[in-house]
Amino acid sequence: MGRYVLRRLLQLIPVFLGTTFLIYALVWAIPQDPFSGKCGQRPCDPAYIAEMSQKLNLNDPLLIQYFKYLGNLLTGDFGTTFNGVSVGEQIGTSWPITLKLGIIALVIEAIIGITAGILTGLRKQGFLDNLVLVSTLFLISLPVFVTGFVLRLYLGPQGFDFMDTSVSSDPTIGELILPGFVLGSLSMAYVARLTRTSIVENRRSDYVRTAIAKGQPQTRVVGIHLLRNSLIPVITFLGTDLGSLMGGAIVTEGVFNINGIGGLIFRGIQEKEGVMVTGIVTLLVLVYLLASLLVDLLYAVLDPRIRYE
Amino acid sequence: MSRSRVAWVALPVALAMTLSACGGGGGGSTAGGKENPDGTVSIYGTEPKSTLFPANTTEAGGGKVTDSLFSRLVGYKAEDGAPYNLMAESIKTTDAKVYNIKIKQGWKFHDGTEVKAKNFVDAWNWAAYAPNAQQAASFFSVIEGFSDVHPEDEKAKPAKDKMSGLEVVSDYEFKVTLNGPTSVFTTMIGYTPFSPMADSFFADPKAAEAKPIGNGPLKFVSRTPNALIKMERFDDYKGEDKVHFKTLDYKIYSSQETAYQDLVAGKLDFMEALPPSAKVGEKYKADLGEQVVTANLLGQSAIAFPQYIPAFKNLKLRQAVSMAINREQITKTVLAGSYVPSTSFVSPGIKGYRPDTCGEYCKYNPEKAKELLKESGFTGKLTIQSNQDGGRKEPLEAACNSIKQALGIECEFVGATNFGAFRQIVDGKQLTGMSRSDWSADYPSIENFLNPLYRTGGSSNDSDYSNPEVDKLLKKADETANEDEAIKLYQQAEDLIAKDLPSMPTWNEKGIGGRSKNLTAAKMSFKRQAVLESFRVKA
Repeated sequence: MGRYVLRRLLQLIPVFLGTTFLIYALVWAIPQDPFSGKCGQRPCDPAYIAEMSQKLNLNDPLLIQYFKYLGNLLTGDFGTTFNGVSVGEQIGTSWPITLKLGIIALVIEAIIGITAGILTGLRKQGFLDNLVLVSTLFLISLPVFVTGFVLRLYLGPQGFDFMDTSVSSDPTIGELILPGFVLGSLSMAYVARLTRTSIVENRRSDYVRTAIAKGQPQTRVVGIHLLRNSLIPVITFLGTDLGSLMGGAIVTEGVFNINGIGGLIFRGIQEKEGVMVTGIVTLLVLVYLLASLLVDLLYAVLDPRIRYE
Repeated sequence: MSRSRVAWVALPVALAMTLSACGGGGGGSTAGGKENPDGTVSIYGTEPKSTLFPANTTEAGGGKVTDSLFSRLVGYKAEDGAPYNLMAESIKTTDAKVYNIKIKQGWKFHDGTEVKAKNFVDAWNWAAYAPNAQQAASFFSVIEGFSDVHPEDEKAKPAKDKMSGLEVVSDYEFKVTLNGPTSVFTTMIGYTPFSPMADSFFADPKAAEAKPIGNGPLKFVSRTPNALIKMERFDDYKGEDKVHFKTLDYKIYSSQETAYQDLVAGKLDFMEALPPSAKVGEKYKADLGEQVVTANLLGQSAIAFPQYIPAFKNLKLRQAVSMAINREQITKTVLAGSYVPSTSFVSPGIKGYRPDTCGEYCKYNPEKAKELLKESGFTGKLTIQSNQDGGRKEPLEAACNSIKQALGIECEFVGATNFGAFRQIVDGKQLTGMSRSDWSADYPSIENFLNPLYRTGGSSNDSDYSNPEVDKLLKKADETANEDEAIKLYQQAEDLIAKDLPSMPTWNEKGIGGRSKNLTAAKMSFKRQAVLESFRVKA
């Protein structure tokens, strides 16, 4: 087990190097002059361009630029953006907020999705099953920004006045529940369907029948035997979803004015600030990798047949 | 200790406030309702794109921050942009070339040090010095010795770090010598880059980057990137544009829509621009009622005919196209009444503005347009280029349709993904058709509408227009010390430009913003900024 974890952690290093380089090169290849439009209707002052290019190493060839960036990164320096604010500081304020939002979304989608999945999986073709089927279809077909705008309109001050229209600059968990719901709504529908299918399939398997035949109570059959096996695909989905929830929250963050990672990446790409994009994407890659490691380890807990060495 | 000091300062401030409230304070302030002199105000903001130095914030998001933190020699009246002496005691010149500037005594920076003449001189020298890489450095090019500190060739090392045209006479007086007579200089020095900087700034600019120290009505408190910039009233402020609230939050939004929702809900107090969705069918009027805030903006929307495209060398074609655009209809329908048709090259409300300088060529006349097109002999396809985000696409598509219908030739809108991509095409002189050429003035002067746009090699001369006669007149006007005479010369230049029609004026934006119910009064300036001294917070 320990060796397995170590091996997985060591794999992070080449993946880390590869992704940072790829992202850096991609941003570098965006065919736009970073200085065009930066100074309004008139072109930027040549001295300004020369000085800033020097400062941000824009004149070096790609590889040298990348290695300089990497060198700074190893000393904990994420670089600075055009407006002189350090990327590390910006990530530092946005990262906890997005992490909070991502985890809230994940918890909401897991609790509601899995509950709905179990209930419908156990009572196939009932009223509840059809209701969940229709409502998940509805959620899947709605783009996130529609869900966001509609909920904000009806729950905000102009509607039922449950919440404010936007969150504060350092949002509390309470403020993030609605955005988290919006963000997780799409995945919630998938989780519900995934759980349902998985449960329906496993209900007919031998070990469940054996458990029932042994005369075990229903709660134990479902809670221990059925669920542990059925949740493996769901956990896999949830694990990778955390990464995409964090990086893909651009729309939700925009709708509720949350100062998060998604907005930073979006702005970074628009302003062609490679250091910003690379820094955040690298962190997101790490989140993906760690989440999938965690999922793999969870497999062993859920399914006794799986062993790592 | 500190508490009692605050009380002493607060007393005259409160007094001044009741006085000004009695005086009416202009049209915006509604009678009745008590004011809270220590209230909090939140204003819509966007993330500054550069460091928060006055000479480095040339865009709106950073500009509004530095404008509140710093005060300059002259200020501009909110209504019409007329300059008045703010920090300056007197500005004297006889030839528009050498200026003797005396500053008021007793003004303080936010760190408590006094503002002296050398703070201006040092700040201007610092901003102009090429290695400091300030975006607005070129504004100092009128001062003698600029080329020593900022050589033409960007690789060359500047010979000096001080301009010879700046000279400290005494603690409260300095002398400015310009390269040549420039009458607009007295207006120009109200623009943000001409702010003074505290001594501590020169000692450690890096620290000032994180915590700017200004001399304005508000002092910097804290900043959370992409979220909030917090300021507080500077109680030692001596200027007449004092603010009547305690705390100011610039709340940074990534979406105007969300900000607007907050404004309507009373969570945000002021927006100087409204999102397109609020303008559709004038929805904002229903949402905001009497909280709508309007202003005359000093901006000019136009469509340029790049002169390096052979077809556009044909004057008749330019006139035909201009007459084929139904400005009246487009501003009413597509632009939902938030713009008015433009008939002149200068924005209304500015000194020296005359309506209809463009004459019949800016009026919709399909018959005459067709005739002119025939005479021009042009056949082919026209295009209009612009960035397509931010609501830029729709009115220009409408303009194209209008051209198509009136002239019976093809016209297509060609969009670039964003402003940066579009400016890259324009600045690289790679336009393949007409292009959007919108201008907003840096400072309120007719000069600023003509020199950058129509002078040969002007910094924003998108149509690459060059007419020696115009250049000559503009130069003469720049050098005329008497303001009225100078304006006359600028107007003559404008008339010549109108004859050549290198770009066609299309429309002028009406500044429409809004305030929340928490404010009893708020005004907006010609620069599309909140006029902070006009804000009154409900008690």
